[in-house]
Amino acid sequence: MNLFDDVIIDIQKLSFSRGERPIYSDVDIKIPRGKITAIMGPSGTGKTTLLRLIGGQLRPESGSILIDDQNVPELSRGDLFKIRERMGMLFQSGALFTDMSVFENVAFPLRVHTDLPEDMIRDIVLMKLQAVGLRGANTLMPSELSGGMARRVALARAISLDPDIVMYDEPFTGQDPIAMGVLVNLIRHLNQSLGHTSIIVSHDIQETLGIADYIYLIADASVIAHGTPEELKQVDSPQVRQFMHGLPDGPVPFHFPAGDYSDDLLQGGL
Amino acid sequence: MDRLALLGRAGLDKLAAFGRSSMILFQSLIAKPQPVMMFPLLIQQIYFVGVLSLVIIVVSGLFIGMVLGLQGYTILVDYGSEQAVGQMVALSLVRELAPVVTALLFAGRAGSALTAEIGLMKATEQLSSLEMIGVDPLRRIIAPRFWAGFICLPILAAIFAIVGIYGGAIVSIDWLGIYDGSFWANMQNSVDFGEDVVNGLIKAIVFGFVVTWIAVFQGYDCIPTSEGISQATTKTVVYSSLAVLSLDFILTAVMFGEL
Amino acid sequence: MRMRILEISVGAFILAGILALIGLALNVSGLSMSNAGDTYTVYARFENIGGLTPRSKVTMSGVTIGKVTNIDLDTDQLVARVTMEINGDVDFLSIDSSASILTAGLLGEKYIGISVGAEEEYLGSGDYIEDTQSALVLEDLVGKFLFNEVSE
Ligand SMILES: Nc1ncnc2c1ncn2[C@@H]1O[C@H](COP(=O)(O)OP(=O)(O)OP(=O)(O)O)[C@@H](O)[C@H]1O
Ligand SMILES: [Mg+2]
Repeated sequence: MNLFDDVIIDIQKLSFSRGERPIYSDVDIKIPRGKITAIMGPSGTGKTTLLRLIGGQLRPESGSILIDDQNVPELSRGDLFKIRERMGMLFQSGALFTDMSVFENVAFPLRVHTDLPEDMIRDIVLMKLQAVGLRGANTLMPSELSGGMARRVALARAISLDPDIVMYDEPFTGQDPIAMGVLVNLIRHLNQSLGHTSIIVSHDIQETLGIADYIYLIADASVIAHGTPEELKQVDSPQVRQFMHGLPDGPVPFHFPAGDYSDDLLQGGL
Repeated sequence: MDRLALLGRAGLDKLAAFGRSSMILFQSLIAKPQPVMMFPLLIQQIYFVGVLSLVIIVVSGLFIGMVLGLQGYTILVDYGSEQAVGQMVALSLVRELAPVVTALLFAGRAGSALTAEIGLMKATEQLSSLEMIGVDPLRRIIAPRFWAGFICLPILAAIFAIVGIYGGAIVSIDWLGIYDGSFWANMQNSVDFGEDVVNGLIKAIVFGFVVTWIAVFQGYDCIPTSEGISQATTKTVVYSSLAVLSLDFILTAVMFGEL
Repeated sequence: MRMRILEISVGAFILAGILALIGLALNVSGLSMSNAGDTYTVYARFENIGGLTPRSKVTMSGVTIGKVTNIDLDTDQLVARVTMEINGDVDFLSIDSSASILTAGLLGEKYIGISVGAEEEYLGSGDYIEDTQSALVLEDLVGKFLFNEVSE
């Protein structure tokens, strides 16, 4: 059976740039429903930007982003907020609400979007916090958490409404090996038992290869490779091999686009 | 030629900022309010913006009133009309000083705090994450703060005025020995509720609107870095003060000009 | 609990604002509920109003009974016409009452003093007070004084 029989997000001919610099030019990406799709690529290529485009926080210059046949860039403000209720997003920085306790942070989406009674909200919140191993921390304030803990709370918040689509922006960074393993299992579990569609942005190649059903590799404003983990391992392109094996030298630029290095140095000196 | 182009661009930037701030105002206030959800948030913001500003307002009001009493006495005593000191204290407070000084203090105390708070929420992606949860930050964050400022400033100005007048009364009656009957009678004869008190309140309402608008917009529109936030906070205080003082002139000219 | 303290203090704050406003209305501007709205208008012509302004008070034996609402020029007789609002409960001003422009203190504000006459008929809304005495203008007084000195 083909992964792409049932596509939930269909991105076509997407172009977006920051100032003069293109971040995406004419990119096509399809996200299959109920699967885990990973977006990988060097730092600064625009992975976070892609998630923001899907969430409608940025508008592309051209192209369409269809979520179940609704084109995100053309939605009205009201419809955009409607469709976001179906999404959960784990921000790279966590982005917890600093004026609320951990418990209230996770309860927040439930309170604003549902009329559930208080004891039910409590049960759901504690369940989500238990899943990320932080039930005991529910009375703490965000300022009292470590970076890794904050990110796990943010993850619990992102999934508290059981959204159709969950976007994880680097969920594994800053986690110890045990927490990492727990999170990998959690994401896989959420995906399998509840049928969430997951989009993971990550640099942790081993973990990502382990749970992703499909992978897009992004560099130089376009998709340089895509496929299942097995397919990607077979790809012979030097760019892909370099990235998959983490080699410092190769065709993938590690540096932000710049002029000639020695020119720059000389200019300063003279 | 280059200078001219720069000037033109700066002008256009300002115009664009004004456009953005109007849109924020429109979207947070006019587009479909949700009163039920908003009420507790509003209470909370009135607390932060109003109740917490009370101390500085009361203390400043008291001292300004006392200074007015002293100064007024020393000026008026030369003309043998020191009885009119109550009238002078009350008129200057009610018409000018209460709305203007309250607005300036409010910009420094509450306006800058609003800007910094919203700016920091932006920098830490809390606003983005609200958006992604499907909650409009304009309604959830901006609107209650805006209304709170709008409601609090007239209240603070009224408190400022009354405290100031009693401060003036203490100095004039208890220290300088002015007969209290003529102090109050002179004041009551010359202060008109419709003209002076209501106009002072209208000023306070206008200032509340403008200062809060500036504060909220600067926070929402800031560059989300620590430097950007500090610049935005400074801008809030500077722009608010300029706006309050110039609007005060315009409003005074309109309200009292034809006399 | 924290929310409760917050609500109470906000309630107290708003209440303080309302009380301050009431204080401004009653204590400071001397607004009293009784005569609000209930007034009638009378006019008087003066040769010279000498610094009388709208909102100046109108008194009788030193008691404020109304205020000046408007001053304009009577284009027929070429004198100033002063419009006054007299409190409704002061309905016993006879038609031969006289109005004079007085000064509080040497350089103080100008106001109108009214003294009643002997007639049985009373002034109603829209009536004119015929017997008026203009403001004493300090320059005129000084001028007269000097003139008398010189001519002696
Ligand atoms: N607000 C902004 N204004 C201008 N340029 C921006 C802005 N945000 C991001 N960029 C640029 O867009 C590019 C893509 O940023 P993005 O955050 O999507 O990268 P990323 O792939 O998520 O990187 P990382 O893996 O390091 O998180 C970056 O090179 C950055 O310079
Ligand atoms: Mg990123």
